[in-house]
Amino acid sequence: MANLKADELGVKVASDPSLTTGAVPAKDWMDTPAVFEPGNYCYQGKSEKVEYISDALKNNPGLFGEPRDWDIESEDWKLPENWKEIIINGIKERLDKFRSFKIFMDCCVRCGACADKCHFFLGTGDPKNMPVLRAELMRSIYRNEFTKAGKILGRLAGAREMTFAVLKEWFMYFYQCTECRRCSVFCPYGIDTAEITMMGRELLHLVGVNTNWILEPASNSNRTGNHMGLQPHTLKENVEYLCDDIEEITGIRITPTWNRKGAEVLFITPSADVFAEPGIYTAMGYLLLFEHIGLDYTWSTYASEGGNFGLFTNNELMKKLNAKMYAEAKRLGVKWIIGGECGHMWRVLHQYMDTMNGPADFLEVPKSPITGTVFENAATTKMVHISEFTADLIKHGKLKLDPSRNDHRKVTFHDSCNTSRAMGMLEEPREILKAVVNNFQEMPENTIRETTFCCGSGTGLNTGEIMDLRMRAGLPRANAVQYVHEKNDVNTLGCVCAIDRATLSALIDYWVPEVQVCGLSELVGNALVMDGEKEKETGLRFEALEGMEG
Amino acid sequence: MMYDSGKIITGLVIFVIMITFPIWYNVGGAEQLPKVEKPVGKKECVQDTQFMRTSHMALLNNWRDEVVRSGERQYQVVEGVKYEKSLQNGCMNCHTSKAKFCDECHTYAAVKPYCWDCHVQPKEIN
Amino acid sequence: MKILYPFVAVLGLILIAFLGVQVGLAPVFGIVFPYLALLVFIGGFINKVVGWGKSPVPFRIPTTCGQANSLPWIKQNQIDCPSTTAGVVARMFFEVVLFRSLFRNTQASVYDGPKLRYGSSKYLWLFALLFHYSFLVIVVRHMRLFTDPMPFFVPVLEFFDGILQIGAPTLYVADLILVGAVLFLFVRRVLLPAIRYISLPADYFPLFLILGIALTGILMRYYLRVDIIAIKQLTVGLATLSPTITGEIGSIFYIHLFLVCTLLVYFPFSKLMHMGGVFMSPTRNMANNNRMVRHINPWNDPSIKPHSYMAYEDEFREFMAEAGLPLEKELPAKEEAPVADEPTAEKE
Repeated sequence: MANLKADELGVKVASDPSLTTGAVPAKDWMDTPAVFEPGNYCYQGKSEKVEYISDALKNNPGLFGEPRDWDIESEDWKLPENWKEIIINGIKERLDKFRSFKIFMDCCVRCGACADKCHFFLGTGDPKNMPVLRAELMRSIYRNEFTKAGKILGRLAGAREMTFAVLKEWFMYFYQCTECRRCSVFCPYGIDTAEITMMGRELLHLVGVNTNWILEPASNSNRTGNHMGLQPHTLKENVEYLCDDIEEITGIRITPTWNRKGAEVLFITPSADVFAEPGIYTAMGYLLLFEHIGLDYTWSTYASEGGNFGLFTNNELMKKLNAKMYAEAKRLGVKWIIGGECGHMWRVLHQYMDTMNGPADFLEVPKSPITGTVFENAATTKMVHISEFTADLIKHGKLKLDPSRNDHRKVTFHDSCNTSRAMGMLEEPREILKAVVNNFQEMPENTIRETTFCCGSGTGLNTGEIMDLRMRAGLPRANAVQYVHEKNDVNTLGCVCAIDRATLSALIDYWVPEVQVCGLSELVGNALVMDGEKEKETGLRFEALEGMEG
Repeated sequence: MMYDSGKIITGLVIFVIMITFPIWYNVGGAEQLPKVEKPVGKKECVQDTQFMRTSHMALLNNWRDEVVRSGERQYQVVEGVKYEKSLQNGCMNCHTSKAKFCDECHTYAAVKPYCWDCHVQPKEIN
Repeated sequence: MKILYPFVAVLGLILIAFLGVQVGLAPVFGIVFPYLALLVFIGGFINKVVGWGKSPVPFRIPTTCGQANSLPWIKQNQIDCPSTTAGVVARMFFEVVLFRSLFRNTQASVYDGPKLRYGSSKYLWLFALLFHYSFLVIVVRHMRLFTDPMPFFVPVLEFFDGILQIGAPTLYVADLILVGAVLFLFVRRVLLPAIRYISLPADYFPLFLILGIALTGILMRYYLRVDIIAIKQLTVGLATLSPTITGEIGSIFYIHLFLVCTLLVYFPFSKLMHMGGVFMSPTRNMANNNRMVRHINPWNDPSIKPHSYMAYEDEFREFMAEAGLPLEKELPAKEEAPVADEPTAEKE
């Protein structure tokens, strides 16, 4: 947990001099160095992880730099001798590959509309966490190397040389951005800091500057199929434990199938859902739902990860990790795929998968076998979000639901950055919520839907060594939760994201400990009236139901 | 698809057409400089020619205010000639034709003075 | 320094034009520079946009600002989250013409508690809109000096812009609005701490330059006054590629013109290119039909393959067999049982 207690940190956020509280730094940002100290950075990648990932992508050499032991707090990062050249060439290559990068380097007018839209800025008050300055960290180098004005006028034109100090700055601030795209909603040119952060991270990887919290899950995912590194038998066992709990609670024994050829649907969810609280309750919800409707589906141990930490490194690794989904769907001969609750997973599935690893012409356009609904919106990707699937079932009255089984919960809903701003899935979860709980309360405007606030720990920042930072970055979200907790007695924060389930739990435990975090499918599972069930006394986390206490 | 070259080129063509509007719009247009009919036998006006070219409107505007608000109708005597602060009884004594004097330049420069909102437009005798 | 340098630069430009004309360089400032500036502007603009266009849009990355096209009974926000070309056109229309994204602007503040509040803040939107539209009106209105005869819309615009009928020459409302809006944008940049902190000389320079253009224009029209007929002869001459300078044209005209030329030349190499960029931003001009229509990435690397299932099964076959998981290739004759690794990553 964070070093500071919530009330102390809360006072600091509101009263320490910072740009958020109206104090102006004395020094120009170009003259303010990034200083690493314990607690403000994620640990560097272990040498063997870099080696493993580089080997996995050996057809694309150089993407992860040279494996080595190095220390972030040291002044010598053991960079390759020609690291500047690598970076500058890397920028050039990416300018030629990504129009977004090029335009976003040129178009910003520094109007500042984005400045106070970033949760990292609101929580830290650090000027370089204003999206505009985060991008200027990169733009200043771009101008120096690629624009006439920058070459001639130098600093007057906002240009500066690429130096080690700049590299340190990049490492600090491209890892204090969760690529949540909130700034992009407000930018008059749609400049998306996520695009710039992604480029920044790709470039850092080229010279071997990385974090272990991202490389290790990515390596695991490549080898074992999932971030957690769960091997096939463990994975299956974990789900069996969940089935045991379900049996204890409902009296129903569920026996899901694994790696089964010929199933109609392949189901893929973040491995965190079968690994730890509160994700496991969400997974129990999936199991109950699919059992309830008798879906012909299978889990996979090989494609056992919905999430994709490759997204937080470079597009090559993202592609490689994602490719397992279609490969497994093809091998098993399923007709289409359902994806579980996860944010960045759906960023990849919705915006990248078909382009990177399609066409999935061996699959069929998804059609719900229960309602007959054809998911035209997934006609080419052939992958449907569990919330879309469930909302359709509810709409057609195919689920026997007793929302009073969630009466011990007063629920509010957190839109994930990715599902809201990179997918546009806003109503489906709300349709579900309205059917499975009796008490649903929205958080205030400007903190939900397309302007939702990030959990503060996405994009591989959900690591313990930067807890203070995470609690600060998550403050805007937590604050909105606190508001409905105090005003409307909300005690449950629903979400559709595995990283949220992990990170919001830590965040809410810190700022609003009276509130619990749960996946939407857990609430569905709680409300489902299963055929042949015994009288339910507890919810999926063995919590007493209303009227069943004691 | 991923380049949208067609759309970009179309956009650029529209942009260039708009920017170069005055160049192609004027092609073939009869460019005629205004030909102002000068009063016969008069050499002097109330101010020198350059002043009248650039600032007659300000002068007339002042005259109007002085006449209407303060009743000061008399302008200075220039070269022994007395001028009345009046459009129709002053200026147009010499510059007799609105069409051949005033309108020539006003039309050319796209100026529509609101003199004739109040004054009765002189009937032109051609 | 960030404010002073650009200010001095604009003063310097004014001085250059003033002195240049004094030493008889009027033809250079009146004829040569305008042509050069126009060429640089058009060439530079095209070059920049084509440069952007040469990079592909590898992925479909619209920022979705509303409900997506989904199940038939869920109402889509067709403008903020379009899935069709028509929807994208509508979204772009609102973005380009009405500055929709800026209209969303809020002002966050932190109070004790801590409590965060997000208030509506439409000033930037309003003044940005006023600035751009008054600038547009002024540019279009200037066509009266470049065309003969004039197109119909110029007198119409003249009429409405001068509708207050104040003074002679008639006061143009757009002049006032432009100066007011530029001053607002400048004062905002200086007064708001965060905005001042992010501002570069390149942010102040265009403001001063445009303010200089507006003020010299106003001076020329209302105070110093110039022979408009002589000027139109030159400007129409420029437009018909047969420029001549006759009559007396005051220095103020050349200063005004030189500042405009500077703006034209500066434009393609600066942030002012947002004029072209706003049309080409992939987060705004793409339909959110990602899962419906396949998007092609020209540099997609087909050699990147997943860690294959067979390699995976080879590594874990024994465990899989033991756990009763189906296999592609059955186990060979039984040897000794391997020891399972513990999970390697710890997550919350």
